[in-house]
Amino acid sequence: MGNGADGIFFLTGKDFNNAGTASSNLKAVLERMGIAQDIIRRTAIAAFEAEMNVVIYAVAGMMKYRVTDTEISVTVQDMGQGIPNIDLAMTEGYSTAPDHIRAMGFGSGMGLPNIKKNTDNLSVNSIVGEGTTLEFVIQIKD
Amino acid sequence: MELQELINSLSLEVKTPELDLHREVTGGYASDLLSDVIGNAHKGNIWVTLQVHLNIVAVASLKELAGIILVNSRNPDADTLKKANAEKIPVLTSTLPTFELVGKLYALGLRCR
Amino acid sequence: MSLDEIRDILNATVITHQASLRNSVESVYCADLMSDVLSFSDSGCLLITGLTNAQVIRTAEMAAISVIVFVQGKRPALQTIRLADEKDIPLLVTDLPMFDACGRLFEKGLRSQSASISRAPIVACHEGC
Repeated sequence: MGNGADGIFFLTGKDFNNAGTASSNLKAVLERMGIAQDIIRRTAIAAFEAEMNVVIYAVAGMMKYRVTDTEISVTVQDMGQGIPNIDLAMTEGYSTAPDHIRAMGFGSGMGLPNIKKNTDNLSVNSIVGEGTTLEFVIQIKD
Repeated sequence: MELQELINSLSLEVKTPELDLHREVTGGYASDLLSDVIGNAHKGNIWVTLQVHLNIVAVASLKELAGIILVNSRNPDADTLKKANAEKIPVLTSTLPTFELVGKLYALGLRCR
Repeated sequence: MSLDEIRDILNATVITHQASLRNSVESVYCADLMSDVLSFSDSGCLLITGLTNAQVIRTAEMAAISVIVFVQGKRPALQTIRLADEKDIPLLVTDLPMFDACGRLFEKGLRSQSASISRAPIVACHEGC
């Protein structure tokens, strides 16, 4: 490839009509760059889960991405309630989502575990009452 | 068809062994949306879902379902099992995903309608 | 299996552009929880669901799902259908309940690939991941 890309998308809490737009745009960027389909799928799934978390739980946030020859890194930062216990949030099936979110098909406690499953490196930093920053990296293998 | 027969045919794991499993299954219902089950499932149906939280027992009890099968090796919460025993709603688990488990129940002759 | 066959088996109606009907599918995943679909579905599969919101289309887009069947006669809003058309994901609607829709397609030989399910980290996560 030899050339990279970077960019930023803004996310709005509770805006369910546009939820997924940032991940969709990121996916389109990766497709234009000719990244392998399975790498794109893993990145898109992780980005979408992270985006939905912001839309469901936070007031607002942003998704930054950077693509190099060797990896895709994505940072999703939000202004939200924060995660009191990250270990617990990483447990499959653990959720604090209210019923109306569950009725939309989300909030079943699979989000963070699924992001971890699809990425090569994930870090979660959160301050209760301020927000959460999620950073993940997906290696591009040749 | 009896619930015990389904358990044997499909190698389901019984999470509520204290309960009587000789009960008639009238048909099947598959859904992960509680409101959908409340609205559309019929008495005596076996319910296939991947929801594991407490409310599934209340829904099954309300609709007088024959039991609940959790798919994808989902494990019910301790609270869910406690309530299932109290409400006499058998909870079973399968390693199969919904599509395959329902396919096998259908092949055994169960229908939704 | 071709979408034509699937439509016939389920007595379904195609509500997106006909052109996309040339697609065919090898496997099926069925769920109402999109997080579950994002965790366990295979690329290129058919999704059977009872949810009709825009997130279902987004989920299909991200997980590279090739076609969606809505059960119990549920139709998404026009805006959602438009989004699916934009993403070239065919949408079918059947009056059958989820249970019978799964049963019929399974009977005709379709399966969940599900290799990913048996190695799902459901237990592993409690063991310190």
